[in-house]
Amino acid sequence: MEESAAPAGEPESKLDDNMISVTHLSKIYKNDSTETLALNNVSFKVAKGEFVAIMGPSGSGKSTLMHILGALDSPTKGSYILDGTDISKLSDDDLAKIRNQKIGFVFQAYNLLPRTTALKNVMLPMLYAGISEDQRVAAATKFLKMVGLGDRLQNHSNQLSGGQQQRVAIARSLVMSPSILLADEPTGNLATAQSEEIMEIFEKLNHDGHTILIITHELEIAAHAKRTISLRDGRIVEDKNNGHKKWTSKN
Amino acid sequence: MDIKELISSAFEALGLNRTRTALATLGIVIGIAAVITLLSLGKAGQASVESQIQSLGSNLLTIIPGSFRPGDFRSASGTSTTLTLEDAHTIATSPKVHGVKNVSAELQRRAAVQAGRQSVNTSVTGVLPSYKSIRNISLEAGNFLTESDNTSQAKVAVLGPTTASDLFGSTTNAVGQTIRINKISFRVIGVMTSKGGGGLGGNQDDVVLVPLTTAQKQLFGVTYIGSLSVEIADQKQMDSARDEIGYLLLSRHKISDPANADFSIFSQADILSTINQVTGTFTALLSGIAAISLLVGGIGIMNIMLVTVVERTREIGLRKALGATSKVVVAQFLTEAVILTIMGGILGMLLGTMLSFIISKVIGLPFVLDPVSVALALGVSGILGILFGWYPARQAAKLSPIEALRYE
Repeated sequence: MEESAAPAGEPESKLDDNMISVTHLSKIYKNDSTETLALNNVSFKVAKGEFVAIMGPSGSGKSTLMHILGALDSPTKGSYILDGTDISKLSDDDLAKIRNQKIGFVFQAYNLLPRTTALKNVMLPMLYAGISEDQRVAAATKFLKMVGLGDRLQNHSNQLSGGQQQRVAIARSLVMSPSILLADEPTGNLATAQSEEIMEIFEKLNHDGHTILIITHELEIAAHAKRTISLRDGRIVEDKNNGHKKWTSKN
Repeated sequence: MDIKELISSAFEALGLNRTRTALATLGIVIGIAAVITLLSLGKAGQASVESQIQSLGSNLLTIIPGSFRPGDFRSASGTSTTLTLEDAHTIATSPKVHGVKNVSAELQRRAAVQAGRQSVNTSVTGVLPSYKSIRNISLEAGNFLTESDNTSQAKVAVLGPTTASDLFGSTTNAVGQTIRINKISFRVIGVMTSKGGGGLGGNQDDVVLVPLTTAQKQLFGVTYIGSLSVEIADQKQMDSARDEIGYLLLSRHKISDPANADFSIFSQADILSTINQVTGTFTALLSGIAAISLLVGGIGIMNIMLVTVVERTREIGLRKALGATSKVVVAQFLTEAVILTIMGGILGMLLGTMLSFIISKVIGLPFVLDPVSVALALGVSGILGILFGWYPARQAAKLSPIEALRYE
């Protein structure tokens, strides 16, 4: 198994450079009599600025892994250090704070608040961080412009197309300047053309230095990432550099 | 998360389904309206009774025949015939009773009173001239009954303003006209000024006053009197005077044991406290019913909030994923519930105020809006929101973000 393929030019080894450090991670779901081992002793590291695709068929444990990486769930065993903080044994409210400050979520179903403007949707995470209204509006406007929706600030989310909604979601994931972006099948509900647009945004964000993890079962989508971790039956079966990608960034 | 944002997002959420929001608050609206109406009508009734009793004259002892000892049915009030005019004279003149200013003996019956073609059935009271000062009566026209009217059993009458206008219309001067009571002709010599009010104890404006002896001998053919009113000069002498009158009457009636007394003595304060007790019991009873309707309203709110939580499971999951702590989720749903109930409280308050205004106008009570009951209604509705919003809000906060995000 290849261990931590950091992009060239960035030194490995030092803990501080690892945005994500997962060690011997296991997750067991208990259901009355049966125990399901969803994740089995998974270890890997992701360095700052990486663009990683996590792949696997359904039942491979990729959703479980995504939940733990997203601080939505705690592991049964092992440790998970995100941006220098061990978050494998935090209380629910502390996890909420981690999600708010360090993780930017992009979901398959966009998950925008219905009948709420794009601007207010993007402002939501900042609301929970207690940021003042002026700053919320300024930051949300900035990121909506960045994803090309500067003229849709006051549109309600249900008045936007799928691609536009997902771009609002991306803007929302960025407003708190999180340590990592976590995208769960971000193109799953989109047509091919729109999928490409979304993936281009992710590539650009990665180019600007964002650490991105994308969960997908589509090879074409995974191909946009620089590294692919493949899961099967709760174990990592492959962790490889998508070599060609690494050298063809569009600058 | 700041309050302003909580409240504005709660209003947004409630605005999404206006019909449901309106229906959810309806229970609270009705409950609060009921409470406000009952409390303010209760207050108004009490104020009206108090002012009526005050207008009867304070420092007044009323003696009626018969005993009010509980469980004693031998001498139900009104049927007893144990008091006489002699008793009144004795109380007025006896050196054993101190502080007596005035004594009035009364005999009251209902009778048919006619004038021309008009006929009313009203209260006819035989009184002594002292009745005027004891009951604070003033005259709009004419004169009051005199001592000589009484000794001569004169067929003269003083009318209450309502009776006068019922019989002669509001424009005709009743003084000098003739009325017939139980077919006997009486000359009207005076009309009283209005005392206002109504309700308990009969309308004080709808009366006919005749000399006591006339009432006894000419009209009703009896020798006893219906009640005695004794005005005491000084409030401080009330208790001692009551005792002195009591013993005087006992000895006159040759009764040795006060427990067997064939009369009862009340002060205005006694009557007031009895009436207050009765209205208090009624108010408490009705408030209990109103409280039950508030409880039902609160359960309605809880029900709607539980439905809302289920409907918005995904939204809750999303909010938690984006960093909302349990506290924030609880605060959000509690705010919605409290806004629902407070809106209901305000609407109920307006409705209740309107209702009590209309009802008090219709039944002729003064309109009293008690600011305490208004504050209470708002406070209670807020507390209801917290009580019944708490469980749904906790349910929302307990949702696991993963499960909630997956919820279809």
